[in-house]
Amino acid sequence: MIPELGHFALILALLVATTQGIVPMLGAALNRQRMMALARPAARMQFVLVAIAFGCLAWSFASNDFSVQNVASNSNSELPLHYRIAATWGSHDGSLLLWALMLTGWSCAVSAFSRNLPDALAARVLSIMGLISVGFLLFLLFTSNPFARLIPPAPEGRDLNPLLQDPGMVFHPPLLYMGYVGFSVAFAFALAALIGGRLDATWARWSRPWTTVAWAFLTTGIALGSGWAYYTLGWGGWWFWDPVENASFMPWLTGTALIHSLAVTEKRGAFRSWTVLLAILAFSLSLLGTFLVRSGVLTSVHAFATDPARGVFILAFLAVVIGGSLALFAWRAGSVGLGGSFALVSRESMLLANNIVLIVAMASVLLGTLYPLFLDALDLGKISVGPPYFEAVFYPLLAPAVFLMGVGPISRWNRAAVPELAGRLKWALAVALISALLLPFVLGRWSPLIAVGLFLALWLFASTAVNLWQRLKGSHRGNLWARLAANPPSYYGMLLAHFGVGVFIVGVTLVKGYEIERDVRLDVGQRVAVGPYEFAFLGVTPAPGPNYRALVGTVEVHRDGRLIETLHPEKRIYNASGQTMTIAAIDTGISGDRYVSLGEAIGGDGAIAGAWSVRVYLKPFVDWIWLGAFVMALGGFVAVSDRRYRLAVRRRLGALAGIAAAE
Amino acid sequence: MKMLRWSIPLAVFVVLLAFLWVGLGRDPHEVPSPLIGKPAPAFQLVQLHDAGKTLASDDLRGKVWLLNVWASWCVSCRVEHPLLLQLAKTNVVPVYGLDYKDKADDALAWLAQHGNPYTASIVDSDGKVGIDYGVYGVPETFLIDKAGVVRYKQIGPLTVEALQQKILPLVRQLQK
Amino acid sequence: MTARGPVGAWLMAMAIAITIIAGAVQAADAPPVAPSPALEARLKKLETELRCLVCQNQTLADSNADLASDLRREVREQALAGKNDSEIRDYLVARYGDFVLYDPPLKRTTWLLWFGPFALLAGGGLVWWQVLRRRQSASASAPTRDPAVEARARALLDDEPPA
Repeated sequence: MIPELGHFALILALLVATTQGIVPMLGAALNRQRMMALARPAARMQFVLVAIAFGCLAWSFASNDFSVQNVASNSNSELPLHYRIAATWGSHDGSLLLWALMLTGWSCAVSAFSRNLPDALAARVLSIMGLISVGFLLFLLFTSNPFARLIPPAPEGRDLNPLLQDPGMVFHPPLLYMGYVGFSVAFAFALAALIGGRLDATWARWSRPWTTVAWAFLTTGIALGSGWAYYTLGWGGWWFWDPVENASFMPWLTGTALIHSLAVTEKRGAFRSWTVLLAILAFSLSLLGTFLVRSGVLTSVHAFATDPARGVFILAFLAVVIGGSLALFAWRAGSVGLGGSFALVSRESMLLANNIVLIVAMASVLLGTLYPLFLDALDLGKISVGPPYFEAVFYPLLAPAVFLMGVGPISRWNRAAVPELAGRLKWALAVALISALLLPFVLGRWSPLIAVGLFLALWLFASTAVNLWQRLKGSHRGNLWARLAANPPSYYGMLLAHFGVGVFIVGVTLVKGYEIERDVRLDVGQRVAVGPYEFAFLGVTPAPGPNYRALVGTVEVHRDGRLIETLHPEKRIYNASGQTMTIAAIDTGISGDRYVSLGEAIGGDGAIAGAWSVRVYLKPFVDWIWLGAFVMALGGFVAVSDRRYRLAVRRRLGALAGIAAAE
Repeated sequence: MKMLRWSIPLAVFVVLLAFLWVGLGRDPHEVPSPLIGKPAPAFQLVQLHDAGKTLASDDLRGKVWLLNVWASWCVSCRVEHPLLLQLAKTNVVPVYGLDYKDKADDALAWLAQHGNPYTASIVDSDGKVGIDYGVYGVPETFLIDKAGVVRYKQIGPLTVEALQQKILPLVRQLQK
Repeated sequence: MTARGPVGAWLMAMAIAITIIAGAVQAADAPPVAPSPALEARLKKLETELRCLVCQNQTLADSNADLASDLRREVREQALAGKNDSEIRDYLVARYGDFVLYDPPLKRTTWLLWFGPFALLAGGGLVWWQVLRRRQSASASAPTRDPAVEARARALLDDEPPA
């Protein structure tokens, strides 16, 4: 009953989405108030219906309804409740339903927070989002029905993939999708503006908070995914340049360029057509990512089980949505106008350079990800493009952008003077350069890459500090608090985000430069010294789990003769699937992780009480990677809390816009 | 003329779309063999049914033959086995088996149970000959000509289409 | 305006940071547990740049597949026999093709891959230059403005109090 209810809700949602996609758009073209007014209630109704469908699927999982094919394939009655619910989005069908839920959720949010938009613009934005919904709902209903029944019902489920039985599964996909899907709002705004012919600073102001929030969610989602891979996969890696990881990174790079471009369009009216293109590009890359994960054209750890019909459908969807929006862009972008002028050295020119570098970096990641496909399609052989390529290309590309991040915020709009900039930044540059050259010696080993990485990070810290210092010093307010309060949240958001990038770079540089890995055979009681630590292996004992049998190891971590931590790496064998998982044990600290995982039992006849092969890693400052990402995301959220975007101000803006539109 | 610049993103996308469309028909997991057109790697291995004798790749010069990589632990091998038995009966081309990373006893028992299509089977217990041939999964089948050059590799179980459309025509051509 | 104050504070912060960090990272070398740590390190690095053909999303170093351990054994034997990295790679490519290398070789078919990004960057630089030149000429033809009004306007736009 419940699955049928969910299925029916999806069908209704499709009908509502179709109406939402067509009627308000027509209403905006014909200036019919009643048709345009249909947009908001339609968006809300659609969200309610998809939420009902999602709830029905989640209920089926929670109540172990193995007559639903999806539940039987991805769940198990021994699975703890929170993982049963997370399994709702653990399959292709379920994750698509999550996509649809997020999409309708964002549409609903736009309908609620857009009272002050001109009716035509709001109607077009919601219509476009409705049309995208139509695509996803059609895909769900015709090729990926999550409510398909299994007759007769299975006695027990096949279990959720053990790799996914982790808190990461509860948080990573929803947050990631909030980001991916959130770019659809900027996309819809861009298309609505192209259709309506009005692309000005106010349009940028409306788009900006939506884009920044989506970007912040995407940052968090990607960081969570990376952290999850680090502690779950057992060998301490945190980024593999896997096609699906790249598929989330490309919208992120484009989204970063977009939020900066929107800033320029909002403040200076410049970059209009470029900003529109970026908005289209960001969401297009999200959709492309969806295609790559689900069509089977690329091999990836993340890829869902594939089916040719699905691949063709998504490709057709891509052709319509991306092709259509780029065609609209080709047709209308020319009439958008040039926007403000600015000098060779100015904040605008630096933001433009930063944007170009980010897009080139994105294009390189795209090139590397799709190149094996290109060559294979042309019958020129099969190659692999992996981390060695991406690291060789990506880091040199991004270095100039990072350097500009220190100069841009200090530059004046429209015209900045190089001598003035040099004067403001020379101390920051000197301090960063000298520290970066000296630090590696202190840390144990000098290498040019470590020095460059440290320079970029220290440069960001120093230039951010200089920026804040000069702001506060130049302020005419009284005490420190008043001076701090004089700056808007968007300023602090920017400082935080840039600071977060610096933290991230420190983490990456130091972990890559100084990590140590040892793969050793240890008898019970034997110790191994790695770096300044000693690891004592105390054997492995069996222990039961909720839906698995575990072999729990005990490893003591000593330093300077003192015991500082006892770690318990595990090997788990899951009951339902028989799969073995290696669970690493990590002693986390702000200055680095001690990471231990079990290899195999090698003491005579596989006896678990004997010797084992153990992997021990020292990962200096690795947590700064995710800390930096979270600080970046926090910066985004802080920036959005700016009162510019709050309702009261928007109402005034809306009133003005209403007057303008009525003319 | 202005419009040309704005159409560049669309043009790039259309090209990308074309590649993705072609890509849908390809299998990204398949690793094509670099040995096609090159001399088959030499081997000299003990025979499965007669542990006292060896078979060397040189012994097979002058005839067109198939090398089928199989093992008793391989599930997919059972799928292609009836096809191999049929092929052996037709006597068109001799099939030699490479028993890959297997125990001789298990292999003999498996052949006794499922039938033996092989003119002879050789034992590659440590997989070294398999590595020389670029074997990465079982089963795989190689077509080798009179001069000892590899002409075709079938990845995965043999299928009726592959036999009829690719392998047998090539065999007839090479046997002339 | 002097920057000595903040610079001094910065150097102090750095000194403290260095002391903390140095303790965390000092890589005092552990007594060797493998026959030759240098060889192990070299093999590890080589194996992380090779692709496992069975578990195709893992490096040869990380994969648990049988073929992966066989190939790791081959690589080790080759290294012990005196072959250098490039010869070992060639050995594997001769058997499995370029697919086995995560670091795509530079050949005619991969020129676009390796040179593309930098060509794009150069192209981007050109676009940047052209856009700026266009803006320059656009602003040059703008009507002259009152400098005092312009200064005040600029200050307001920059969200900073007039200098």
